[in-house]
Amino acid sequence: MSEASLAGSTASPSGARAHARAQGGTRVTTMPTVPAATADGWPAGLAEADRFAAETVAGGNYTTLAVQRGTVVEFTDLDGDACAHLAIFNQAQLDERLNVADTVKIQWQAYLGEGAMLLSDRGRVLATIVADDSGAHDTFAGTSTRAVNEARYGDGSAHGSSPAGRELLILGAAKHGLAPRDLPPTVALFQGVRVADDGALVFTGSTGPGAVVRLRFELPAVLLVANVPSPVDPRPEYTSTPVRIRAWRGDAATLESPEATATPEAARAFGNTIDYARMRGL
Amino acid sequence: MGIDAGSDLTPVPPLGAASLPARLAGRVIVLDEVVARRGPWSAIVAAGDELTIVDLEGNQAVDFLLYDAADTAVRYSAPDTISAQGNVYLSQGSVLRANTGDALMTLVHDEVGRHDTIGGACSKESNSLRYGHHTVHQHACVENFLAEGALWGLGKRDLVSNINFYMNVPVEADGALGIVDGLSAPGLSLSLRAERDVLVLVSNCPQINNPCNGFNPTPVRMLVTRAAR
Repeated sequence: MSEASLAGSTASPSGARAHARAQGGTRVTTMPTVPAATADGWPAGLAEADRFAAETVAGGNYTTLAVQRGTVVEFTDLDGDACAHLAIFNQAQLDERLNVADTVKIQWQAYLGEGAMLLSDRGRVLATIVADDSGAHDTFAGTSTRAVNEARYGDGSAHGSSPAGRELLILGAAKHGLAPRDLPPTVALFQGVRVADDGALVFTGSTGPGAVVRLRFELPAVLLVANVPSPVDPRPEYTSTPVRIRAWRGDAATLESPEATATPEAARAFGNTIDYARMRGL
Repeated sequence: MGIDAGSDLTPVPPLGAASLPARLAGRVIVLDEVVARRGPWSAIVAAGDELTIVDLEGNQAVDFLLYDAADTAVRYSAPDTISAQGNVYLSQGSVLRANTGDALMTLVHDEVGRHDTIGGACSKESNSLRYGHHTVHQHACVENFLAEGALWGLGKRDLVSNINFYMNVPVEADGALGIVDGLSAPGLSLSLRAERDVLVLVSNCPQINNPCNGFNPTPVRMLVTRAAR
């Protein structure tokens, strides 16, 4: 039976309209849920009005979010092979963005975990990792390119069977008026990469299904998420499973928050961020 | 007088053929310039030519960015370089890759052993976090990159995590990392072969708050050479 016959002929506008409308309400595993409040998986007691966005992103796919200051974005590695590559921009001035080098250098620490700041190139905190039961993340290997995926899997195009992270991030960036040259080095959640004494990369991979990371945004931000395998994942098959995203209303850090008092570098970073936000009325 | 007085951005005259690294003997000198301590530098290096950097006085961090001269949206990418070689340090044989994965330059000769890809550039803003707000009016690499990049139509959006030649950033087993005392010494050099026409942007690092320059920024020499026909 053809699809058209499910809702009658599509030879006329009214038939085509009926056919199109008959598709509404279809549920698949990986999709946004709108209104977000009707989705499952929210923290207990979270008011419906505070539930901002709900989406499960397929392996080899991407999404983007524009978030306000204080918003918490939760990532869940549902099946254990998600790898969420993140690019973050300050919504108030899009040329301020995640700076991986500053993030690791300023915190004297390359391995991200709870309490870590994701820093911009302007000495400010874009987001804070406020919860993390994975601890397996990556600040070194970045995301994949079309050329590398073509060589490894036979295809790297955004619409192919093994999309490259960069191809997806270019599309996500374009949705916010950003060009390829706006894309900085990214960090990746849920697939660990470590460095040996001689500098060699060691892929440690996932800690298993169900790992959760929460980011709290300290500035209004554009967040691009590409869910693709790490470029140093040694498995021959393109292995990428869904990541669930929930975003809800929260409160940005104050100078008294534990993340802001943890180190002198953090105190100055949150100081810079909070003064900037007040000055701009954010 | 600025807070970090002692600046000297006046051009330094070429050092002349007598002091050339011996391995360059017989090659055609396309360009021979000294980058003043704390200053910026840029040049287009043609495909096949070699850029040799000489650390004249030792332990001078050379912050280094690289673009496809024909399309500056294609530029050096630390993560693509690291992923492709499976190692965070640059050493002889390392290929400097673009955000597309393409080869931009190859480190064909290295007398130091390893160079940094993860520490990035110092900036007034990052200095405020690392050392305190009293350092904000000191000169910094990002200022050099912005000033020199502007000559080529590049801006803040075009600056990404850069290479730090001659800088030493160990990563310990628990992920602790930091800029520590350097491995270089006076006169040590490295050479990079351009795999296509590339635009090279350099900040001869002015940092005085960590050991990357031995707390004393010094000049470096830039030589572009070509095989004799």
